[in-house]
Amino acid sequence: MTTYFEKRQLVTPGDLLAEGKYRAGENTYKDDDKIYATRIGIANLEDTTIYVVALKAFYVPSVGDMVIGKIVEVGISIWIVDINAPYLAVLRASDVLDRPFNPRRDALPAIFDVNDLIIAKLVAYDRTHDPVLTVREPDLGKITRGQIVEVTPTKIPRIIGRKGSMISMIKKETKCQITIGQNGVILISGKTPEDERLAVMAIRKIEQESHTSGLTDRVTEMIRKEKEV
Amino acid sequence: MRKTHEKLINENSTRLDGRKSNQLRPIKIEVGTLSNADGSAYIEQGKNKILAAVYGPKELHPKHRALPDRALLICRYHMAPFSVQERKSPAPSRREIEISKVIREALEPSVFVEYYPRTSIDIFIEVLQADGGTRCSGITVASLALADAGIPMHDLVSACAAGKVDGQLVLDLNDIEDKEGEADLPLALMPNLNAITLIQMDGDLSINEFEQTLNLAKEGCKQIHALQKDALKAKYAAVKEVVEEK
Amino acid sequence: MTSSITVARVKQKRIAELISHGKRLDERGLNDFREVQLEVGVIERAEGSARVRLGKTEVMVGIKIEIGEPFSDVPNQGVLTVNAELVPLASPKFEPGPPNENAIELARVVDRGIRESKAISTEKLCIIPGKKVFIVFVDLWVLNHDGNLIDASAMAALAALLNTKIFNYEIKDDEIKIKPGYTQLPIVDHPIAVTFAKIDDNFVVDPWLVEEQVMDARFTITIDKDGKICALQKGGYGYFSMEKILEAAKIAQQKAEELRKIVVKG
Repeated sequence: MTTYFEKRQLVTPGDLLAEGKYRAGENTYKDDDKIYATRIGIANLEDTTIYVVALKAFYVPSVGDMVIGKIVEVGISIWIVDINAPYLAVLRASDVLDRPFNPRRDALPAIFDVNDLIIAKLVAYDRTHDPVLTVREPDLGKITRGQIVEVTPTKIPRIIGRKGSMISMIKKETKCQITIGQNGVILISGKTPEDERLAVMAIRKIEQESHTSGLTDRVTEMIRKEKEV
Repeated sequence: MRKTHEKLINENSTRLDGRKSNQLRPIKIEVGTLSNADGSAYIEQGKNKILAAVYGPKELHPKHRALPDRALLICRYHMAPFSVQERKSPAPSRREIEISKVIREALEPSVFVEYYPRTSIDIFIEVLQADGGTRCSGITVASLALADAGIPMHDLVSACAAGKVDGQLVLDLNDIEDKEGEADLPLALMPNLNAITLIQMDGDLSINEFEQTLNLAKEGCKQIHALQKDALKAKYAAVKEVVEEK
Repeated sequence: MTSSITVARVKQKRIAELISHGKRLDERGLNDFREVQLEVGVIERAEGSARVRLGKTEVMVGIKIEIGEPFSDVPNQGVLTVNAELVPLASPKFEPGPPNENAIELARVVDRGIRESKAISTEKLCIIPGKKVFIVFVDLWVLNHDGNLIDASAMAALAALLNTKIFNYEIKDDEIKIKPGYTQLPIVDHPIAVTFAKIDDNFVVDPWLVEEQVMDARFTITIDKDGKICALQKGGYGYFSMEKILEAAKIAQQKAEELRKIVVKG
């Protein structure tokens, strides 16, 4: 059992990371007894699992995720939603209407129109079917105000922080409401544009420095300094 | 072929551009040069100047082209009209269509296409200036654009040609060596896996010369692989260093 | 159409298993070609022609000779042009329309073999230097696709070239006058293409259609009459090891010699 990387080393696709009875975690693959990286990122070992925190990746849908998407097409009985993923998502009219869809009575564009942003939950997705969304839960539905920030989806866990510590701190310090889509789209809505600007700055800083430690303290410090100006 | 030069290698074993037989041309690589693309890279290899961009994985149009069990790789190798001495028509030539196919087949083994069924991954290679060996430089740079797009890969793909010029085996042929030499063998390799993903040749090689040329090209690929990794790390390490200084 | 993927998976396993035991679905050995049948001069209107049957794969090649202008960088050489058509009658997978990338690749691989082995003495095709030369049009017509179009087409092209006659001419006051009688097209080398399919980790020569459908990749080696390699081409999504490629080159040398005896008679 050997590993071929230093702690938190930057690795590139194809780099041999370990040999032996390790488990291949995120962004790695196993061939015989060898584990290789599949993406550029920071290599890690936890127990016997080798994984890479990708510095660049895209969102892949997962059932249960909350996402923020944009309506790109209104069909006869469905909306097509861009969720920043390799696949477009579907939102069915019946999901919104709470009753069977009636094409004579129900005009979909009146509910959600092209370019509207929605907060939705992913309820179904597999290799053969496009992702399906629902908005039938509290706090889901059309976004009417606020500001949108897009980040690399792999940075979302860092923005949330351990047990939500990072995001709670930002909410408290900036007095903004912040909704995080797992697909890397974040909605910020504050009382003043200045509050929103602070929250965006904080998120950008986390995105840039996601792989460093002591980040929560540095972000708090930055927000407080900015507020004094 | 009418020869423009009597000798391509002089009595001191030096090539017309001053290189030794086993020497690569100067190579400069930059990753992430285009903001619109999901991934991009730029290479200068001698006078070759080539850009690559990757879009995807994304919804495929028209949908009937989609593959149920994997992503469809789409590759376009294209030369700008001003990239060569005599203006090239911008319409894709038969040569460009064949090269697009072999490049696609050289890159596909490196990509986990099975992860993203029904999608497409589009690879665009624009040759801005050509001086021989553009399919190899194109593969080298496109592989980096794929990595920069965050697409999971088995390995990078590194490509380099070797061949025979004035009876000698040489690495990384430029245009005049390719045209007036005796053989040109482009090779693409996944270096960590020692897997050959492209091999072509035209010219005249005995089985022995073939084996030696193959090994020479392989060494070239390995040198290029090191440069690819440096370029990729340079983009992503830049952020890290700025942060750690603070 | 049946579900091609599931069928292919079952088939692939079966074929790969057999090959790992040195056997093939059609009972050939791993390095055996299918039977080659050759007819030449089958099209009277063409200056040269040949029809090759490689198992059930069938390719017709017609050669037309025309007078045209040379390329400016080689003013005293004739011109070779190879074109391939995967005509729709040859396979349910072929569609009408301009040559797609498969047809273009086929033509260019056959072209490379002829060109790089210098099979045609193109300098003998010069009529008036810098102005008039013979252009040799090689049209590869695939009539039935049962795999390995490259080798079948390369053999048919060589056989047709060997069967090609150019009309006699004389030059009077810078004008070309056609005279009665014909001269043989000068052919000085005999390139033979040998294609391998990689299935799992094994190579087989002359893959038929079913093997092509399940192969990871193919590798074509074209060998000239001195046993030297004059062209290579890899196709498909798989990859090769260095050892397999070198092994294949040696097999190709032997196979090319055997096939050449069939194509080049007398």
